[in-house]
Amino acid sequence: MSDSHIQTQRVTGDDVKRVAELAYLELSAEEETRMQRDLNAILDYVAQLNELDTSSIEPMAQVSDVLGNASSSLRPDTPVPSLPRDAVMACAPETDGSFFKVPKVIER
Amino acid sequence: MTKVDTALPTIHDLRATLSARKAAAVPAAQSCFERIDAEDKTIHAYLALDREGALKRAAEIDAAAANRESLPALAGVPIGIKDVLAQQGLPATAGSKILEGYRPPYTATAVRKLADAGAVLLGKLNCDEFAMGSSNENSAYGPVRNPRATDRVPGGSSGGSAAAVAAGMAVATLGTDTGGSIRQPASFCGVVGVLPTYGRVSRYGLIAFASSLDRIGPFAANVRDAATVLGVIAGHDPLDATSSSEPVPDYTANIDAGVKGLRLGVPAEYFAEGLDPEVRSAIESSIEQLRAAGAEIKPISLPHTRYAVPTYYVIATAEASANLARFDGVRYGYRAPDSNSLSAMYRRSREGGFGPEVKRRIMLGTYVLSAGYYDAYYKKAQQVRRLLANDFLSAFKEVDAILTPTAPTPAFKLGEKVDDPMSMYLADIYTVTASLAGICGISVPSGQSREGLPIGMQIVGKHFDETTIFRVGQAVEKLHTQ
Repeated sequence: MSDSHIQTQRVTGDDVKRVAELAYLELSAEEETRMQRDLNAILDYVAQLNELDTSSIEPMAQVSDVLGNASSSLRPDTPVPSLPRDAVMACAPETDGSFFKVPKVIER
Repeated sequence: MTKVDTALPTIHDLRATLSARKAAAVPAAQSCFERIDAEDKTIHAYLALDREGALKRAAEIDAAAANRESLPALAGVPIGIKDVLAQQGLPATAGSKILEGYRPPYTATAVRKLADAGAVLLGKLNCDEFAMGSSNENSAYGPVRNPRATDRVPGGSSGGSAAAVAAGMAVATLGTDTGGSIRQPASFCGVVGVLPTYGRVSRYGLIAFASSLDRIGPFAANVRDAATVLGVIAGHDPLDATSSSEPVPDYTANIDAGVKGLRLGVPAEYFAEGLDPEVRSAIESSIEQLRAAGAEIKPISLPHTRYAVPTYYVIATAEASANLARFDGVRYGYRAPDSNSLSAMYRRSREGGFGPEVKRRIMLGTYVLSAGYYDAYYKKAQQVRRLLANDFLSAFKEVDAILTPTAPTPAFKLGEKVDDPMSMYLADIYTVTASLAGICGISVPSGQSREGLPIGMQIVGKHFDETTIFRVGQAVEKLHTQ
């Protein structure tokens, strides 16, 4: 965990580009440089988790995982009215009143 | 330095006045708006106000009281709402440009319960963008200043919610806490802030940051008021499958029982390197006074504490990257103009709409979930999360509640940590543990620094044992107000 040369290489510039694409973010060149620096600093810090042997530990995804009684429950499957369509459409940047409008989906 | 003694009544006093059939709701709301007009240009706690709606509602409450009608639990109490919660008719920006102008067509369950209980809802409160931050400097609408010292941050992410109570601009407020975002600003602003047990308050209508961690809770000027508000917003909600059916007790019934006979744990790991000496001495002195008041103070160990911040930043950002995928310029909020394809519109809307910290967390979360890294980071963090939760479950076999500082320092200066994400993340070092474990906590004012900055004590309790932390909190409050 202590070799700083290895640590600073944890996230490369190409990694930043690839992850930005996955996250649908269009970062400027300046943002990419800064992001690479910040992600490396944070992940170096996160690397201390490797000091712990967790091979026999079940992952905890939800708080109910550690409560004996699963506190969550499913509600009866009864149909109830949704929000009125016009109230929802009123929030959208572009609609035809019934549907959301977006730029063309299929790129050539 | 802004004056902080507020002329506002407590919830209890306000109710007593109404019960005597005297007007209380309109005067209380008016005092809040007077303070807002006088101070909020500097403090910047509110992002939106509903003056007309609030005064109309307050007048209805005063009229009902005059007519001897029965009064609901929060009749006439002026309350502000963090801007990550939906309140139909008002904006909900989550402190982000990407939601500028958005007015949700529905109301969050916690907010609806306040309204149903007669609260006078004043407006929406500033916060870090999508509740991501520890200083309120990440709001796209400008920072909030700490009413106790306006060159200082109020803490975050619920900085507006804490500052509004501290400055007398609301009797109570709602905030949200994912890694410390209620407790840390409560500590910085010298008010009471409550992290309810995960599942205690419905999250329906909360703009999600990290769904396995997000909680809604109250701020107030005193412990009893905070307990009263929690009693109203707690309970099962069919609209949130993670909300619990555990019965909601009367949190104020046993609040004055004192600490005699309670076993209170003091974890060594929270008093180690990095703790400001003035915070240490303030908290240690309060602990000694609790001992003198009859509590059994027990040294305990929570051995995985040092792994909590890295665990938190993996889990919270992973969940955030998924939750924030919904902001794509299609259904609500900002859309970048003139994009020639759908994917370009997504990318450009998100690039233009999100601020730097939100992008950083989306990137980190996407990275730790991406192919090849999931096991090394995300699964690993979930495993350590269980170790952290087990630390608390073991400790609670021996103690009834745990006492710690809420934050390692008093409020820091604006701009001090803004360029260093890691140092900002460490402001949450004592609060992320209870967040990960799902247990409840409260921050109660517990002295101040030589400069007069507030210092908060955190009291952490078992799952669904808010009753005990309110009881201990009330005892701590008495130490400092007698």
